[in-house]
Amino acid sequence: MKINKEKISGIVFLLIALSALSVLALITIFIFIKGVPIINKVGFFNFVFGMVWDPSHGAYGIFPMIIGSVSVTLGAAILGVPVAICCSIFLSEFAPAALSNIVRPAIQLLAAIPSVVYGFWGLLFVVPAIRIYLGGPGLSILAGSIILAIMILPTIISIAEVSLLSLPRQYKEGAYALGLTQWQTIRSVLLPAAKSGIVAAIILGIGRAIGETMAVIMVLGNAVAIPQSVLDPARTLTTNIGIEMGYASGEHQQALFATGIVLLVIVMILNAFAQYVTRRK
Amino acid sequence: MISGLMLLFNVKNMRFAIVVCRPDRRICSAVSVLILLLTVSLLSACSGINEAGIIVAGSTSVQPYAEILAEEYMILHPEAVIDIQGGGSSAGIMAAQTGTSDLGMSSRILKDDEKSLWYVEIARDGLAVIVNPDNPIQNLTLAQISEIYSAGISDWSQVGGTKAKIHTITREDGSGTRDAFVNLVMGDANITPRSIVQDSNGAVRQLVADDPNAIGFISLGLVDDTVKALQLDGVAATRENVIDGSYNLSRPFLFIAQSEPTGQTKLFLDFVLSPEGQQILMNEGLISPLEGAGT
Repeated sequence: MKINKEKISGIVFLLIALSALSVLALITIFIFIKGVPIINKVGFFNFVFGMVWDPSHGAYGIFPMIIGSVSVTLGAAILGVPVAICCSIFLSEFAPAALSNIVRPAIQLLAAIPSVVYGFWGLLFVVPAIRIYLGGPGLSILAGSIILAIMILPTIISIAEVSLLSLPRQYKEGAYALGLTQWQTIRSVLLPAAKSGIVAAIILGIGRAIGETMAVIMVLGNAVAIPQSVLDPARTLTTNIGIEMGYASGEHQQALFATGIVLLVIVMILNAFAQYVTRRK
Repeated sequence: MISGLMLLFNVKNMRFAIVVCRPDRRICSAVSVLILLLTVSLLSACSGINEAGIIVAGSTSVQPYAEILAEEYMILHPEAVIDIQGGGSSAGIMAAQTGTSDLGMSSRILKDDEKSLWYVEIARDGLAVIVNPDNPIQNLTLAQISEIYSAGISDWSQVGGTKAKIHTITREDGSGTRDAFVNLVMGDANITPRSIVQDSNGAVRQLVADDPNAIGFISLGLVDDTVKALQLDGVAATRENVIDGSYNLSRPFLFIAQSEPTGQTKLFLDFVLSPEGQQILMNEGLISPLEGAGT
């Protein structure tokens, strides 16, 4: 009787776990079934490296959007990563418990704000500020990077902080025993020791930035041309799907799914890389 | 997010205890059968659409108005079921042609090979070219607008304004408004890929209201005092000028069918073309064919 119960509970949990996995499989298969025909028709090289995206004239080239995704994400990383790393060092090494107990939940709260709110805030404050003080239309790579930099903060800070906190106490004690100051300890012992966790945090943050859609649609301007400066509008892979799916049909719709394939592959590579970095101790 | 959490967990433990569960074959097949059953039942639930109703499909520009008309009609005739779907003008014409929908919606005039279909104009919609109220420009010619959007003219001083770079704003590919603009204004020229793309009339209007150097185009019914509608070749963008045909940036909203509709479909059409139906459309900012000769 007891064995039966064990077995049944095992099966139930297996079922539930598999249902989550099967959803992933269904989505992946569906995207590929919908998207692969157009890639075959246009040609993989022409699709990924094509410079012109003009679905009403049958031109499907997503290279400007790949450049858009890369430049916005890079901008977000440049703005966000230093802040996030400093913040995680502060939380794990400098902040008194009372302060970090306030700061930590506040940062987690950043992750709870819906992305459309970030986008709206960006549209009302960041975009006009850029337009007035720096010129251009305001809707720009810079605006997208600023918003994304804020959005990836909680991801990077929490993972980097955890990897700093999980270092064995002996590292720090040993460093102090050798006469190192607190900053020397952080710089030459703790940071190198936590390197893999921090790198993984950055990669996951970048993955988050590449996948973000709603906030970026609102502040990026969505122009389908390779941007020439950070003040130019641009379109990312995600916003291409988000902005055009409403009216797309036929080949146009397939091309959007194909954009999804490219995005999926990029995010999968990033996540696999993050896993690899954390496991390689 | 999930992978992030997993990693968080991993890093915290620093040891990777992976529990691999190896189900025996019986469980595996039972599970796959169950998943299959679930999927099939889901799919069959989706396909059980009521077949007695009227299906109207096509232009997403007409869709919101058709939805309002359908709502009103279903209040008056509770037994009627009208299903409004999008898809775009071309898809709507195709659906009417093949009979997959009872009525097709189009926001462009029919091409020559489509003229054999039965169609009726339910309303007209004007297209306004808008700029920021602070922009001194009052009037542009069609050729100038086309040049601006194809990036031949890139500075306001080239059309008599103050020196500043023009920020062109357009709609996304596939949008009926963009389609109409391209057909009516651009001719053979293409809209420059450097144009900012927004995905609704409202977003275009908001952006033009904020940016003194922007130019955009929206449905005439949606122009308000936050933006300025330009005169076209000296003709103001007003309902009256659309009705008498002097302002020629306008497009018809058509209902299309395989052949002259009968039964339920005809009743709905009669309602749309009746004074009540037309009044609903006029209240929404459209121009009724009853108001004047039009084109």
